[in-house]
Amino acid sequence: MKVRVLVRLKPGILDVQGAAVKRALAGLGFDEVTDLRVGKVIEVELPTGSLAEARQRVGEMCRQLLANPILEDYTLEMADDLAPREAVR
Amino acid sequence: MVVFPGTWSDCDFHYVISEVLHQPVKYVWHRDRDLQDLDCVVLPGGFSYGDYLRAGAVAGRSPVVGALREFVAQGGSVLGSCNGFQILCEAGFLPGALTRNECLQYRCQSTHLVVDNTETPFTRGLRPGQVLTMPISHGEGKYYAEPETLRELKARNQIVFRYATADGRVTKAANPNGSLENIAGIVNPEGNVLGLMPHPERAAESAIGGTDGLLLFQSLLGSLVEDGSFLKR
Repeated sequence: MKVRVLVRLKPGILDVQGAAVKRALAGLGFDEVTDLRVGKVIEVELPTGSLAEARQRVGEMCRQLLANPILEDYTLEMADDLAPREAVR
Repeated sequence: MVVFPGTWSDCDFHYVISEVLHQPVKYVWHRDRDLQDLDCVVLPGGFSYGDYLRAGAVAGRSPVVGALREFVAQGGSVLGSCNGFQILCEAGFLPGALTRNECLQYRCQSTHLVVDNTETPFTRGLRPGQVLTMPISHGEGKYYAEPETLRELKARNQIVFRYATADGRVTKAANPNGSLENIAGIVNPEGNVLGLMPHPERAAESAIGGTDGLLLFQSLLGSLVEDGSFLKR
């Protein structure tokens, strides 16, 4: 079972990476971008078990290591909504 | 002197303690848990574990940092500089977090620090309001804490150093990384764990960068001698 963790800076925390990327996009002519924030994706593979248990375990991983609660929020996407996403090449 | 894979200031600290202060010092590997015969543990700067995930995140959960909890509870002194400060915040020894510099640049420069708290073992030889000159060298040194945490830091006099002008004024222009209220270094409520972004070990000899950093080592040495723990060795 795969759990996808999305880690984002909390609203209100200045995202300097996002600001730099937004400026670079504006330089390429994409000046319509009003806001841009950069986050992280962490995919955690677990032995198949119950969804509730996986959610609980990965939530604990986020609290202990994967996210810094002072700066970051996290959301979990579980196996049933993790259909392979078509990569754009 | 704790060494993680990716630590880079360990030899500088070791040199200052052994060759400038003429005191015994040893390296402790990140997998070690034995801190028995030590007076002070230093977490030096660098990029522990490549700063993967977040600066100091993986090191903050390493065996040696786990052993540090008992060491600190027993009153042992801990000094974390640069990456060491990041590790102390990540491990929960100090409140708040260090994040990317607001200027987006890695900053390697000399800074002036005004001393706010002289009641720690590391700053007892200093005067309140004294200005020290020490270098910084980091990309993620912007101190951040939630408003409630900041109130507690102030109420407990935990802010030790703030970035300032040469004459000790705390101004926005003197803030090299966008740190909240120019915070450069803080202590835990008990005063035995100090974290700071500047590098005292790079300002410990007049031939290279001045001697203001040495004052921290000398203060600590004075504290250890005074409470007798150092003389037992």
